Amino acid sequence: MSALDVDMIPVKMQADALFRRKRLVSFGLPALVLAYLTYIFFAFDIPGLAQRFEVDNARALVADSYSYKTHVTRDNRSGEVSVAIEGERKGTYEAGTAPDWVALGNETLIDLGEGHVVTFGAENFMSYIVPGYGEITAQPSRAKGVDATLPEGDVPEWINVSRNRMTVTTEAGRLTVTRNRTEVFRYFAGWELFFFTLDSPYHGLGFGEVMARALGGEAADIWLDFWTNKMWRHSDVAWALFETILMAFLGTMGAAIVALPLAFLAAKNFSPLMAVRQVMRRFFDFFRGVDALIWTIVLARAFGPGPLTGALAILITDTGSFGKMFSEALENADQKQIEGIQSTGANPVQRYRFGVIPQVTPVLLSQILYYLESNTRSATIIGAITGGGIGLLLTQAMITQKDWEEVAYYIVLIILMVMAMDWFSGWLRRKLIQGDEGGR
Amino acid sequence: MADLTGGVGALRADYMALTRRKRMMDGIILAIFVALMVSGFMIADDRNAGGFWSGLHRLFDFPKEVLGEAVEKVDTLPAHFVKFFPSLVETINIAGASTLIGALAAMVLSLLSTRGMARWPRMIPVFRRIMDIMRAVPEIVIALVLIFVMGGGPVPAMIAIAFHTAGALGKLFSEVNENASLKPVEGLQSVGANWSQRMILGVIPQVSPNYLSYALLRFEINIRASAILGFVGAGGIGYELKNAMSWGKGQYDEAAAIFLLLFATIIVVDQVSSHFRDRLTHGKTDRKVAA
Repeated sequence: MSALDVDMIPVKMQADALFRRKRLVSFGLPALVLAYLTYIFFAFDIPGLAQRFEVDNARALVADSYSYKTHVTRDNRSGEVSVAIEGERKGTYEAGTAPDWVALGNETLIDLGEGHVVTFGAENFMSYIVPGYGEITAQPSRAKGVDATLPEGDVPEWINVSRNRMTVTTEAGRLTVTRNRTEVFRYFAGWELFFFTLDSPYHGLGFGEVMARALGGEAADIWLDFWTNKMWRHSDVAWALFETILMAFLGTMGAAIVALPLAFLAAKNFSPLMAVRQVMRRFFDFFRGVDALIWTIVLARAFGPGPLTGALAILITDTGSFGKMFSEALENADQKQIEGIQSTGANPVQRYRFGVIPQVTPVLLSQILYYLESNTRSATIIGAITGGGIGLLLTQAMITQKDWEEVAYYIVLIILMVMAMDWFSGWLRRKLIQGDEGGR
Repeated sequence: MADLTGGVGALRADYMALTRRKRMMDGIILAIFVALMVSGFMIADDRNAGGFWSGLHRLFDFPKEVLGEAVEKVDTLPAHFVKFFPSLVETINIAGASTLIGALAAMVLSLLSTRGMARWPRMIPVFRRIMDIMRAVPEIVIALVLIFVMGGGPVPAMIAIAFHTAGALGKLFSEVNENASLKPVEGLQSVGANWSQRMILGVIPQVSPNYLSYALLRFEINIRASAILGFVGAGGIGYELKNAMSWGKGQYDEAAAIFLLLFATIIVVDQVSSHFRDRLTHGKTDRKVAA
């Protein structure tokens, strides 16, 4: 009994020490994480973020990504009235035509809905009737500026008026009057002209009617009008998506083809020379260590922007990753199968072909397919840097700082593309690896 | 006896036919694959600004130029290293903070989407889809949008990388969770522990080595990502690289210094993290044997 007690004492001390350490880790680790995040909070100047945060940009971005505005503009020097979607030339209504809420004529009547009516009268006169407030009028001229008249009382904060400029922002739209221009915006939900631009005969037709006409033999014309839509450039977008996937495909598969023979040279059980192994491994480390970013820059200098540059950048970086992973997979290959093949008198090539490849194929395939999905994302990023694919379109749309509906469209497409590739590579993996198990 | 040999003959013929068919299928798949590679290469070559064959001999011009200048002005390199060290720290911090935040989010998401552990079992598919979407968003997309709203700097990059990391790690974590034993959870439940207690005390201790190992791997990836995001305006070493590149010919010594810094950082982080990951997956068994 006493002997047992003596035996138990060191065990108990050990257990106590273990508990102490556990306690330290379980309280110390969260404290460490918290301390690091606090440091980051100040190092990244997160308190100062509130000042840098541009609320107007955020509001414009969100509003523009799901709605669009139609501009009705009068040039106060010539008196001409034009109606344009998003104010773009590609979305301008032909002279003399307008959507049904704008009545052109000697007096232009613009119905903004909910009782808001803007009238462009003769001699540059304009009036805006705001329900619940009254009538705002202006008589812009070169001599007297905007010359606005508001209802009695204090000027509300949604009206901004000075000598040369008046801005009225209501829930129905926005009115800007300067000496040279009178402009009204009306907002609509949705993406404008997504299917057909204004010059297409199919613009404004319902889905059913377009389908009916397609069945009536106009399918090719309808498709052409949609495909060559100047606003949304569907054909260019499709090409860009294809280019991005092409980059990922060429890069991943090319890297796998290059890396497989090199991996044999780097694997302990296939390459007896230590020097060769070390050289190959440093080679892989180098290719991985010089990041895709640097490869992209270097390659773009030689080959110019485009999908080939992106594909090669992925190829080179992944040769390093694949080389490392493949050689590890080869080192884990079971030696017995190889010996079995050898005992039947197989030469080295046959030993590799029948003893090694069937063993490692599932591992390699699943790694390759995993990278194919991840490289679709990389290809988007590389495209944004070097100029190719959907990444380029995205950055181009961002630079204009107003086509946020296109940015939203591209983001949705990118997410769908990556998810589709994810699904596809998973499907292929299941198919190929299961097939291998059944067949071999 | 004759019956048996006949049977073997039939079997043999059958087997040979099967092999032939399989070989043919393999051959067809191989042919399709080669055709895809070749035509893909030709299309990519065609749509590139410069051709592959005309650019190939110029491939080493730029590295030669940069390295040549670096060798020429080798005495300025230490000064450049010191100058760019703070931005390197920023890049590493972006990666570190985003990995940490992303991993914490991934932990919660993965627990919420694992059968047997989920707080709301009916919501499992919803959380899975959320992770799928988070995983599918390339960092650059969020970073570019946030840079427009918040201005340049490390925060947009951090948020962007953390978002993607949460999705990517969430999937890996939930695979780990599925292999965890549910017995501790049931035991804790029987003594009246609530959900967060069950998870923190019952699940996390089981899975934390694997979590850590995946998080370290992600940290390696995120360092590269944060360097790339710097290149599009999100601060850190990538931003400095972009500036240094724009000085142009004759002044590539800064770019060379940044290249070297980035290269060294990635190599060091890779080595350190793979050492620790090795210990996390194999080292534990050693200790058990020793004890």
